[in-house]
Amino acid sequence: MTLASTEFCQFNRPKTVLQKVSIPWIVVFTHMSVILLLPLVALLLRALVLNPAQFWALATTPVALSTYNITFGTATVAAIVNMLMGTLTAWVLVRYEFPGKRFLDGIVDLPFALPTAVAGVTLATVYNQSGWLGQFFAPFGIQIAFSRVGVAIAMIFVSLPFVVRTVQPVLQEVEPTIEEAAWSLGASQFDTFWKVILPPIIPAILTGTAQAFARAVGEFGSVVLIAANIPFQDLIAPVLVFQRIEGADIPGATVIGLVLLLLSLILLLIINLLQAWGRRYDA
Amino acid sequence: MTLNLDAQVPMGETTVQPKAQREWAKIGLILLVFAFFTVILIVPVIYVFVGAFKNGLTGFLGTLSSREFLNALRLTLMAVAVAVPLNVIFGLCAALVIARKSFRGRTFLLSVIDLPFSISPVVAGLMLVSLYGRQGLLNPVLQAIDLKIIFSFPGIALATILGGMPFVAREVIPVLEEIGSEEEEAAKTLGASGWQTFWRVTLPSIRWALVYGIILTTARAMGEFGSIAIVSSNLIGRTQTLTLFVDSAYRNYDSQGAFATAVVLAGMAALTLVIKQVLEHLYAQRHTVK
Repeated sequence: MTLASTEFCQFNRPKTVLQKVSIPWIVVFTHMSVILLLPLVALLLRALVLNPAQFWALATTPVALSTYNITFGTATVAAIVNMLMGTLTAWVLVRYEFPGKRFLDGIVDLPFALPTAVAGVTLATVYNQSGWLGQFFAPFGIQIAFSRVGVAIAMIFVSLPFVVRTVQPVLQEVEPTIEEAAWSLGASQFDTFWKVILPPIIPAILTGTAQAFARAVGEFGSVVLIAANIPFQDLIAPVLVFQRIEGADIPGATVIGLVLLLLSLILLLIINLLQAWGRRYDA
Repeated sequence: MTLNLDAQVPMGETTVQPKAQREWAKIGLILLVFAFFTVILIVPVIYVFVGAFKNGLTGFLGTLSSREFLNALRLTLMAVAVAVPLNVIFGLCAALVIARKSFRGRTFLLSVIDLPFSISPVVAGLMLVSLYGRQGLLNPVLQAIDLKIIFSFPGIALATILGGMPFVAREVIPVLEEIGSEEEEAAKTLGASGWQTFWRVTLPSIRWALVYGIILTTARAMGEFGSIAIVSSNLIGRTQTLTLFVDSAYRNYDSQGAFATAVVLAGMAALTLVIKQVLEHLYAQRHTVK
C-alpha cells in the first residue's frame, strides 16, 4: 500500500459519535424538541391518563362519530375534485398556449399564501344565500354556506395547489412525441391518454391527492367560518376539538385530537411511500 | 393573407388527428379550468377587495387606523419577527444535517420535519396547550419561574414557529443535494474553517432557495390562525393577531373591518406570490445563461 492511499483512508475515517454532535445537530434537536416533539409527547401522555375503555368511549361518542363521517366524507369529495381539476389544470398549463396562462399559473399558489381565516370569511360571504355566487343556487333550494357543500368548497379551496404543483413538473418531462408516436401507430385518443400519458404521472397525481386529502381533513380556519358548525350536520372533527378546548373539556379534546393526529401520521406515511414509488418509476 | 390554422400545430399531428376536433377539445378544457378557478378562487378573492371598500375609502382607512387593528398588526409583526429568524436558523441547520451527513434515520428525521404540514392546526395548538398550558406537563416549572406561555405572546410565537417550521429546510435540502459537497470539501482541504466554508461557499449557492423559504415561512407566519386561536385568549387589543381580528370582526357583524383586514393580509399574500414569481424568473434566466 502506498503512503498516499493510507492518508486517504485516514481522511475518510468514520467520525466518532462525539465528533458528530456538531452545532447544526444541537440547533435542530433543541428547536424540534421545544416546538414539536415535547408538545407531541405531552399530548400522548395526556391520553395515557385514560384507560383504553375510557379512551374508546370518548373517541366513539355519537357526536365524534358523526364528525369523522362528515370530515372524511367531505375531504374525500374535495380530494377527488382536486384530483380531476388539478390534473386538468396541470395539463392545460403544460401543453397549451392561451391568453391568461401566466395569470392562471400565478394564482394557483394563492390558497397557500392567503390566510385561511381570510378564505373562510370570503367564501362564507360569496356563497351565502344572497352572496355573489350563492344567489344562483338559492332559487333551486341549494344552500352552500353553512352546509356540507360549503365545507367541501372551503376544503377544495385550501388544498387546490397540491395536485397541480405535483403533476405539473412530471407532465413537463413526458415528451409530446411519445403521444404522437402512439397516434401514428393508430391508437385512439382515449387509448393514448389511458396507456401512454397517464401511467408516468399516476404517482404524482396520487401523491398530490393524498396531500390534498390530508390538508382537507385537518383544515380549520376556513371551515369554521363557512360552516354552521352544528353537530350531525356540518360539524367537522377539528372544529369539535376546538369547541371542546373552549368548553374546557380537555380529555374529550385530547382523544379526538389524537385520532386526527394518528390519521395525519398514516397519511404522511402513505405520501412518503407514494413519493418513493414515483422516484422508482423515474429511474 | 390566407388563414393558416395548420401553423399552430406541428405537422405530424394533423395527419393523425382531425385538427378541428383537437382545437375544440383544447378550448373546452381551457374554459373548464377557467370556470373552476373563477368559482373557487377568482370571484372570492375579488370579493375581498369589494367588501373592504364597501363603505368607501374612509371606512377602509377607519378600520386601519383603529387601535384594535394596530394592536393586532403589531402582535402579528412581533410573532413574525420571532418565528422567521428562528425557523431560518433551524431550517439551515436541518438542511445541512440531512443533505451533508448520512446516518440511520435520515428519512425519519425528514418525516418529522414535515410533520407540521400534515398536523391539523387545531391539534398543533392542543399539543402546545398539553405541554405549556395551565394543566400542562411543564406547568409546575413554568409557575415556579413565573412564566406564562399559553394565553400570552410566547404561546402565539410558539404556534407561529410550529406552523412555519418545515419551509426553509424543504426548499434548501434539494438544492444542497443537487450542488453536491465537492466545493465545500475543496474549501476545507484548503484550510477554511467550518464557518468560513458555510459563509463563503455553501450560502452563496443556496441563497435563492433560502430567500424562497423565508418568503414562504413569513407568509405562513402572517396567516397562522387555527393554532393561535387555541393558545391565545383572543383578547381584543391584547392577544389578538390579524387573523384572529378578521375572525372576531366577522363574527361581530363588522364585515367592513373583517374585509379591510383581509385586504391587508391578502395584499401581503399577493406580494409574496409576486416576489416568488420574480425569483423563479431570475433563477430560470441564470440557469439558461449557464
